[in-house]
Amino acid sequence: MIDQLLASVTDGMLVGVVYGLAAMGLTLIFGVMNVINLAHGPIMALGMFTVYLAYTSLGLNPFLGLLLAAGLGLILGVIIYWGAVHRVIDAPHLSSLLSTFSVNMIIIGIGTAIFSTSFRNVDYSLGIVTIGPITVPGTRFTSALLALGITGLLYLFLYRTRPGKYVRAVSDNRTSAGLMGIASNRVLALSFGLGTMLAALAGGLIAMALPFTILSGGSYELKSFVIVVLGGLGNPIGALLGGVILGLIEGLVPVFTKITWVPVIEFVLFVLILLVRPQGLFGAKQ
Amino acid sequence: MKRLTILASVLLIMALLAACAGGPAAPASTGSDTSADTASDTTADTGSSEAPATTAQEVLIGYTASNTGKYNVESSRQVNGFDLWMKQVNDAGGLTLPDGTVLTFAGKSYDDESNTDRVQELYTRLATEDGANFLISPYSSGLTSASSVIAEQYGKVMVTTGAASDDTYKQGYTGVYQVYTPASKYLTGAVDMLKADAPDAKKLAIVHENDKFSTGVAESVKAYAEGLGYEIVLFEGYDSATTDFAPFINKIQQSEPDAILGGGHFQDGSTFARQLAEKQVDVPWVALLVAPPEPTFAELGDAAVGVIGPSQWEPQAKFTAEAAAADGITWAGPTGDEFGQAYMDAYGEEPSYHAAGGYIAGLVLAEAIKNAGSLDDAAVKKAMDELDLMTFYGHLQFESGADAHGLQTGHDMVFVQWQKDADGNLVKEVVWPAAGRTADPITR
Amino acid sequence: MRILRNLSFWIAVGVVVLIIAYGATGGAIRRETWFTVLLFVGLASSLNILLGYTGYVSFGHIVFFGFGGYIGFWAIDTLGMNLWLAALLGGLVSALLALGLGLAILRLRGAYFALATIGILEAMKALVINIPALGGPNGMELNFSVYRGYGGAATALWMVYWSVAAIALIVVITSYIVKKSKFGLGLMAIREDEDAAEIMGVVAPRAKTWAYVISAFFPGILGVLFFFKQGIIEPGSAFRLQLSIEMLVMVMLGGSGTVLGPILGAGAYQILRGTLLTSDLELLGMKVKDIQLAVAGVLLLIIVLFIPVGAIGWLRTRSATLRRILE
Repeated sequence: MIDQLLASVTDGMLVGVVYGLAAMGLTLIFGVMNVINLAHGPIMALGMFTVYLAYTSLGLNPFLGLLLAAGLGLILGVIIYWGAVHRVIDAPHLSSLLSTFSVNMIIIGIGTAIFSTSFRNVDYSLGIVTIGPITVPGTRFTSALLALGITGLLYLFLYRTRPGKYVRAVSDNRTSAGLMGIASNRVLALSFGLGTMLAALAGGLIAMALPFTILSGGSYELKSFVIVVLGGLGNPIGALLGGVILGLIEGLVPVFTKITWVPVIEFVLFVLILLVRPQGLFGAKQ
Repeated sequence: MKRLTILASVLLIMALLAACAGGPAAPASTGSDTSADTASDTTADTGSSEAPATTAQEVLIGYTASNTGKYNVESSRQVNGFDLWMKQVNDAGGLTLPDGTVLTFAGKSYDDESNTDRVQELYTRLATEDGANFLISPYSSGLTSASSVIAEQYGKVMVTTGAASDDTYKQGYTGVYQVYTPASKYLTGAVDMLKADAPDAKKLAIVHENDKFSTGVAESVKAYAEGLGYEIVLFEGYDSATTDFAPFINKIQQSEPDAILGGGHFQDGSTFARQLAEKQVDVPWVALLVAPPEPTFAELGDAAVGVIGPSQWEPQAKFTAEAAAADGITWAGPTGDEFGQAYMDAYGEEPSYHAAGGYIAGLVLAEAIKNAGSLDDAAVKKAMDELDLMTFYGHLQFESGADAHGLQTGHDMVFVQWQKDADGNLVKEVVWPAAGRTADPITR
Repeated sequence: MRILRNLSFWIAVGVVVLIIAYGATGGAIRRETWFTVLLFVGLASSLNILLGYTGYVSFGHIVFFGFGGYIGFWAIDTLGMNLWLAALLGGLVSALLALGLGLAILRLRGAYFALATIGILEAMKALVINIPALGGPNGMELNFSVYRGYGGAATALWMVYWSVAAIALIVVITSYIVKKSKFGLGLMAIREDEDAAEIMGVVAPRAKTWAYVISAFFPGILGVLFFFKQGIIEPGSAFRLQLSIEMLVMVMLGGSGTVLGPILGAGAYQILRGTLLTSDLELLGMKVKDIQLAVAGVLLLIIVLFIPVGAIGWLRTRSATLRRILE
């Protein structure tokens, strides 16, 4: 029993921080501009395919592929911002939900035409890590470490660099930031790009360990919603913790009951937290 | 400027909508005549009015294929097999009925995206607008049960392949016929094999994809194994979309089974096998549905070694016309070697049982049409009910009673296992039934 | 019955009647196409009462279609209940579900409400998978002999067509009545500014909840009729988030908050999708049927960015006459 618990906790934590990274992208965008990015899942899928194609077609090491995914994610995010979000940023919520959803449809439509919805695997192995009763593929272990590293870098960026401070300023109050001479539109575009970059990176990390299709982003997008609410909408560090909690739920619930109860518990928890503690588990009372 | 943009976009949308609004109106004009063979009747009539001896008629067979999505691998093989059959029949000059009519065959298919939602709409289209004479099922039990309702609603004969679930044949359908061994008999052979080859194995973990087919298989094999005195230490289903089996595998390990039986389809099955290896799960026997018999399963490398899988048919199978004659059963179609060679020539790979199933669906239909001597739905149904056929794929016969009408009763499964040959190459060996063995089973 | 004197009422009803008549006069394949259109006219118009009038964005509205469908299907399959009773039952349980949920989640605003509805949809799907009585992950299948009780499959298909047509018409009439009523004015006040509406004397929680209940009742009925026709119900097809979002798209396309908008939106979207899916056209070397989703996405984006009021909403801004006759 102890062995299984240990193994389950490890598996849960490892996958949880990657979930957390993805959710961070979603929550960053929401925090800065109050937009829920419904193209989040497809962008994760594009991250997966970037790593996959770089590995299979260019023979690029998946870790270099990740850099590529990050760059493309950033550029794509800025394009999406100017093309689909900028015009509706002050419109009612429905507008930005639908405009990002139409981006979702465009990516999925073209992606399906090009890649079909068949499964892909990045056949890349880093051996197997064994510690006592715990056996973990090396790729999963490395993915989790990288996700933590990227989180650290994000924090350095947000708190130690000028553009990062601009992002936080616009997030706090867009109007005042504008009055202080911060070109808020450009900062908004950058924030959106950062959010999608995190999504693409998370997608790339997932692709290294698990099979995926162009549609796979959808289920991770739902997980990101749950995580974002657990951690508090707009709270990046909360998202990381939320991710770990979700990972632990997925790892530990099957120990005690049927695995099919996992999503029931996840989504009931999600709705309950929205109702009872909309600021998230770690947010201060607003 | 802004007004212009708005105007332009409105015009664009209007134009698009107008173009689309024209869409359903056009086909609908031909849709007023819903009798099945509008198109084929015309060709037949023009032929028969002049020279009855050379009457030619084209038979349209409708089906959907999972060109995309979860069932992509299995479905594309199935379609390959069916296409090969159609090409061979047409190249040989078609099928000649007793009254001298020469039938040629054409296929009409749509992409169902591995998704039940589209299936019913598309089969309705095939049965009405496209005027398909006969239908072939999509791949998978879930999609097939959705299409069966439509086939029955429009009174069509549908041959199902790649669809093993028993339930579909207990819904009171009269024109749906199964060429696969049903799910209830799919995996029981693995238990028989364990009993014979691994008498020490006592504890079984049965895990299955949560879909119609795999659940049906798992429930039947559970009952069967319990009847033989096995202890079922775990019986649980996982979601069809699962890609991360880690929590599930931890749970299996905790139950310490001697054998893992179950799985689902190609995608989840191969992922499951891969992750079992990654987690170095120390269970000597693993038998999974659907995935192992596919040649592409070998791409898993070492993770494939020792994995057992039930198969509807294997290239090593040797059913012959002579043996059929000795048993007094009609033989039809090519030999296994001929089929394998033709398939290899056409698609550059060894056929899997999904490919054989697609070929057989066409073959069975043609046999029934030939026996019926016409394309009349009722006559073909009667011929299907009475069919008793031997082919390279094995024996085929359908249940004709009302309780499980159309259920396959003649066909049996074989079991394959991936092993390494002397050179370290992965090879697929037949390990059960014992009489048809090409190698003894090994443990993982 | 002041409403009966409004030209705009007769236009809305007339459009639906025209759709019904056209779909009924072309044999089975035309019926199938327009059955889907009518189904979505009913669903989109129901959603519009919550989304368009009240301004609450429900991303998981299909939950009522699925839940009602499940309960009704179960009643037909297990209890042998008559289709009409089962359809009513499906509508009622969906309305009850909305009543219970509404009291809780309608307190949430904006994005929080939208997220909660997604959560409820997913939770419900996952829950149904764990209920063996409802068939668990495999869902349920009707025995074919059930159709015999309704004059055979061919007759049953027509019967379901007429039923869905009738419900679609009733939803549209309800939608019109609600819009013109004091209750509807209250809803629209909530949409514009909920706090101000409360100050003006609109009992917002009660009004919102009733809007939610009405918009859930009809999808429940439609769910039973639809899955009866399908002969099979599964968690994946009953609770499909994609479908939920497509309903939103239809409402937006036609014009949210208008009566006519969801009708035209549903028609246009379904026909567009159906045509693209089976067309052989090519665009940039890709089959249009492969990128149909992308084409629909571009269309939606254009509408959201440039004509957020939708087709009918835009027409209404053009002239006073149009404003009078297009509701």
